[in-house]
Amino acid sequence: MTVMQHIWIVLGVLFVFLNIAAGLIWVERRLLALWQDRLGPNRAGPLGLFIVLADTLKLFFKEDWIPPFADKWVFILAPAIVVASVLMGLAIIPFAPGIVVADLNVGLMFFLAMSSLGVYSIVLGGWASNNKYSLLGALRGASQMIAYEVFMGLSLMGVVMLSKSFNLGDIVAAQKDMWFIVTQPVGFVIFFIAGLAETHRLPFDIPEAESELIAGFHSEYSGMKFGMFFIGEYLGISLISAMTVTLFFGGWLGPAFLPPVVWFFLKTFFFIGIFILMRASLPRPRYDQLMGYGWKLLLPLVLLNLLVTGAIALWLKS
Amino acid sequence: MISHLRTMWLVFRHLFMKKATIQYPEEKVPLYPRWRGRIVLTKDPDGGERCVGCYLCAAACPVDCIALQATENEEGRRYPEFFRINFSRCIFCGYCEEACPTYAIQLIPDFEMAEYKRQDLVYEKEDLLINSEGKYPGYNFYNVAGLDAGVKEKGKGKDEETPVDIKSLLP
Repeated sequence: MTVMQHIWIVLGVLFVFLNIAAGLIWVERRLLALWQDRLGPNRAGPLGLFIVLADTLKLFFKEDWIPPFADKWVFILAPAIVVASVLMGLAIIPFAPGIVVADLNVGLMFFLAMSSLGVYSIVLGGWASNNKYSLLGALRGASQMIAYEVFMGLSLMGVVMLSKSFNLGDIVAAQKDMWFIVTQPVGFVIFFIAGLAETHRLPFDIPEAESELIAGFHSEYSGMKFGMFFIGEYLGISLISAMTVTLFFGGWLGPAFLPPVVWFFLKTFFFIGIFILMRASLPRPRYDQLMGYGWKLLLPLVLLNLLVTGAIALWLKS
Repeated sequence: MISHLRTMWLVFRHLFMKKATIQYPEEKVPLYPRWRGRIVLTKDPDGGERCVGCYLCAAACPVDCIALQATENEEGRRYPEFFRINFSRCIFCGYCEEACPTYAIQLIPDFEMAEYKRQDLVYEKEDLLINSEGKYPGYNFYNVAGLDAGVKEKGKGKDEETPVDIKSLLP
């Protein structure tokens, strides 16, 4: 692969995913509306698609205010971290054979590391805002991330055992005969729940929890800084959906009548839809319920899953 | 877990259900004849103004948005010299319509009266008068009133007896 090709791939991935993140504003509002027996934004442009432009313009023209009591530089830095870390996470996803930004042999570990780094934006944003609701949100965000990061990693180890690689390309290739959703259903469910918590989407939007904490860690943010948190959240949804597809649903594998990239994005959009459906239907658990659920139920379950997977893998080998 | 999945399925099914949204400018909300909207002043079947300038509507108005000045023509028929409704104050309660003894002031099912300038919401008599009898066709107050105001002579109205000569003792 030449350098030029590589640059095109990098630019292409950036372009596609930033556009998906922006487009999700429209997708989410339309889908939520349809599920609530409404129509949603359908006026600006075809099918209301220009609502994305309108929303972006609105965010750009809003007053970009830094509260005088805030820690200025950290306050500015925090929203950038979430977008940067999620975009880094997207680097290791194979979209089709040969189309991957960084074909790392520790790709999965890199993804876990990057998704954990995202918590810094919550913690720093909440801390720098110097506001009690923001701090509470940041606190919750940190503990939620720590709890769910643990078994997010562990839930993927079953996949790693079966495919014997951390490289995502190899993991996809290992699903040629059978997707890992069949062999690792528990791993999938736990990974998806952890992914929800990781992107702090509803029902696990405990750090934001607008009914309790105003807007949690981004209470003090306005304008495009808030927009960055927003984009970061949508990028996070895309990343988790893309990872779910790569790890459990065969990535770009699919019947030959459609090109691999199309299969990949079809599956990814299905999971983005599930994310939005969960937001539309499920209530937010209490903070202590979330933590208890994580540590007392999901962690033992994921360890058990790991144990059983390992045993079966060894038994098959012998 | 199962109940969560069931919830998600039930919410998903709403995708195919009938939407509650009415796409307003193209699709109108059904308004019923008694719907209380814009206020109008109606006319008699023979084209005269019904309003007799009794001020009852202005008195009944809880937000004091009606202003008028009564006057009289040479035939003795009362009518408002000016009649002004400030729709930026009006709450469309319909008390004026209830108070009106001559069915002149009426609320009609129309709400599309937005303006760019607040001053434009003050309607004068020529804006309020409509060439219609409104909800009470055929009604003419002066036909049933015991007063000669150019519509009918005294005692010539429907179900009206001829006036008694009160200065005479004859039956």
